[in-house]
Amino acid sequence: MTYDARFRVWRGDATGGDLQDFTVQVNEGEVVLDIIHRLQATQAGDLAVRWNCKAGKCGSCSAEINGRPRLMCMTRMGTFGEDETVTVTPLRTFPVIRDLVTDVSYNYDKAAQIPAFTPRARDGDGNHRMQQVDVERSQEFRKCIECYLCQDTCHVIRDHEGNKAAFAGPRFLIRLAELDMHPLDVVDRRAAAQDEFGLGYCNITKCCSEVCPEGIHLTDNGIIPLKERVVDRRYDPLTWLGSVIRRRPRD
Amino acid sequence: MELERHEYDVVVVGAGGAGLRAAIEAHESGARTAVVCKSLLGKAHTVMAEGGIAAAMANLWPEDNWRVHFRDTMRGGKMLNHWRMAQLHAQEAPDRVRELEDWGALFDRTADGLISQRDFGGHRYARLAHVGDRTGLELIRTLQQRTVALGIDVYMECTVTRLLTDEQGITGAFGYWRESGRFVAWQAPSVVLATGGIGKSYKVTSNSWEYTGDGHSLALQAGATLVNMEFVQFHPTGMVWPPSVRGILVTESVRGDGGVLKNSAGNRFMFDYIPDFFRKETAETEDEADRWYEDKKNNRRPPELLPRDEVARAINSEVKAGRGTPHGGVFLDIASRRSADYIRKRLPSMYHQFKELAEVDITAEAMEVGPTCHYVMGGVEVDPDTEAARVPGLFAAGEVAGGMHGSNRLGGNSLSDLLVFGRRAGAAAAGHAAGLPHRSELPDAALADAARAALAPFEREGGENPYTVQHDLQQTMHDLVGIIRTAPEMEQALERIAVLKERVANLSVEGHRQYNPGWHLALDLPHMLVVSEAIARAALAREESRGGHTRDDFPATDAEWARTNLICASAPDGSVALTRQPLPQMPSELAEIFES
Repeated sequence: MTYDARFRVWRGDATGGDLQDFTVQVNEGEVVLDIIHRLQATQAGDLAVRWNCKAGKCGSCSAEINGRPRLMCMTRMGTFGEDETVTVTPLRTFPVIRDLVTDVSYNYDKAAQIPAFTPRARDGDGNHRMQQVDVERSQEFRKCIECYLCQDTCHVIRDHEGNKAAFAGPRFLIRLAELDMHPLDVVDRRAAAQDEFGLGYCNITKCCSEVCPEGIHLTDNGIIPLKERVVDRRYDPLTWLGSVIRRRPRD
Repeated sequence: MELERHEYDVVVVGAGGAGLRAAIEAHESGARTAVVCKSLLGKAHTVMAEGGIAAAMANLWPEDNWRVHFRDTMRGGKMLNHWRMAQLHAQEAPDRVRELEDWGALFDRTADGLISQRDFGGHRYARLAHVGDRTGLELIRTLQQRTVALGIDVYMECTVTRLLTDEQGITGAFGYWRESGRFVAWQAPSVVLATGGIGKSYKVTSNSWEYTGDGHSLALQAGATLVNMEFVQFHPTGMVWPPSVRGILVTESVRGDGGVLKNSAGNRFMFDYIPDFFRKETAETEDEADRWYEDKKNNRRPPELLPRDEVARAINSEVKAGRGTPHGGVFLDIASRRSADYIRKRLPSMYHQFKELAEVDITAEAMEVGPTCHYVMGGVEVDPDTEAARVPGLFAAGEVAGGMHGSNRLGGNSLSDLLVFGRRAGAAAAGHAAGLPHRSELPDAALADAARAALAPFEREGGENPYTVQHDLQQTMHDLVGIIRTAPEMEQALERIAVLKERVANLSVEGHRQYNPGWHLALDLPHMLVVSEAIARAALAREESRGGHTRDDFPATDAEWARTNLICASAPDGSVALTRQPLPQMPSELAEIFES
């Protein structure tokens, strides 16, 4: 079952770099991250890579494998032919720090801008009561492991650095959807979703849902319903009337 | 020397459940607070926790209360737990869970809309608040989002290499940015260690690369003490196949939700391993065990849900006796006992994990599982109410702290431990800082020395590769200080560790300081070695078997050792010095709980 595989790994930093060729041993059942670790231990001690759990739960080891955004720990070597060259490159949407490690601070900045969760008061006995069916809608989005593969693949920002300021990306659009559907939350973030986080930029090509390692239906269950809710607010005649009346000068 | 400097009241080292809960509490107590963590925020090992948070909320079983939880915890730890920690933990866990809901957590619900609770090993009632089998992710995300909402400063991908002290106690910490390799120092009168565990010193482990025992080692260096280091938990169910995933955790929820363990002959062998200590509360027949899930009043718990140390030893024995699976584990079967729909709903990440990594459909076939190094019960010796270590200004919470779990931790008691003691540590650290208006300057000599030590691996040429040394340490601990121990093997381990220390002093690394994993490992290795030495020394000294410490040469528990803790301190030559200390005495009103 053991064979020697050909790997091409991007090495470099913010100033530039290129693909380097390696021949490296592969054993039965191994994943791409195992091979990267073997390269570190035997051929390239300073090869930079992020990882933590190695079980698809933390979302650290994101990279592009043969051009496709994937978790290295969940990509089995068995999915490639033994004579196939496996190419591993860093996420293209984010600036490279070194080798396979990118600067993902864009995501942390967007996360910090989202108006925080704000719950209604607890029931008299100190508990919150919610039905399972009601929590499940938001629970789907809380499965997100923040691997940012959806952000990486999203064409709004993948090759359009200029859109980053106005667009939070699919990960944070579903965070907004999660809060919007949260049974306890009382804040209305619909205007912000459109105006500050760029919901309108998404033209629902569903690329994000395709790469999600957690199988979250970002577009169908999160972004489209959020778009509908924003539209409801904008075109609801009572909301429109209310906003017009409020704008009238006091005197 | 180029050095970035900051000033805070409280610096929390680690951003898992305990660290973030401590930081939130310190911030809300008015302290200027920073969190320093080795990974990106939200990636800490807490995300790996699957089963749930143990808390006697009594949402499903009104008979449950803190006394029952306290009793289960102490018995699970074979009575070696610090009684006061176990008491505070059982009393405060329900409030800590409810508070997570106010910060956005969405737990699974009962039919009447309350937080649902699931069965787990060693817990008398269904007690674990959970979200499917990804409770740790929910906990970390909730605390992460709360931390961000409060605007707490987080130093991500930043590693602390030294704690700084003077005669009065803690004065700050020194570390480096992983990204640039540049140095950074924090001046602070309070430091909370929340660095997690030590599992990376073992070959087969459920732990991530971060679990290198930094906190344990930093505490020793600063003059604090460790307690219970001989007790290492081997989780009974890790994956065994394929080899590259060996050790990855298979949640205890599989058994809590109805899964059973079978050997190669198809027998539920756990019925043959019920210890006298738990005989009264454990089912004797498969029928009784199966009825227990629905009717806890008239039936006793299945032996598959004995505490983890018992189950891990039993699996080890079955495999040794030649009744294991083709890949050296035992079978964990839920497929034949629950519907595919139920399994996918209750255990979605297990379903996914086996499907993706082992090509096993757990709704159709049994899993192969075996013990994996999972958790260290030992840690920094702390005051139960404040989590203060013996060095003024130093606090520790979560896995890096010791005492709470005695000789063995019950599943589900870790997430609750993080919350209860994280909060207490944060409050006490803020209080300590508030009482110290005068702040000591960080002495230049100490900073320069810390920088020199960190850069040493670059200065040496032609030395050994850190990955090789790490591999040899993991093999040593696996072979000689593992699940079953003997004196000659541990003596041999100590000899090998001494040699490894010399090798670590001669490591060299290639490349430069920018995001260099080889260098990072070279700086982690001394921590791993000192912690391994502490484990081996304490394990050699404790001549009995108890909880997560099994001696082949001393198979029984011992009455004298039942009253004794082993304390590790740093000796002047940098080795680990061991002393015996009497176990804290439980007050009579708590002792009564065990008489029924």
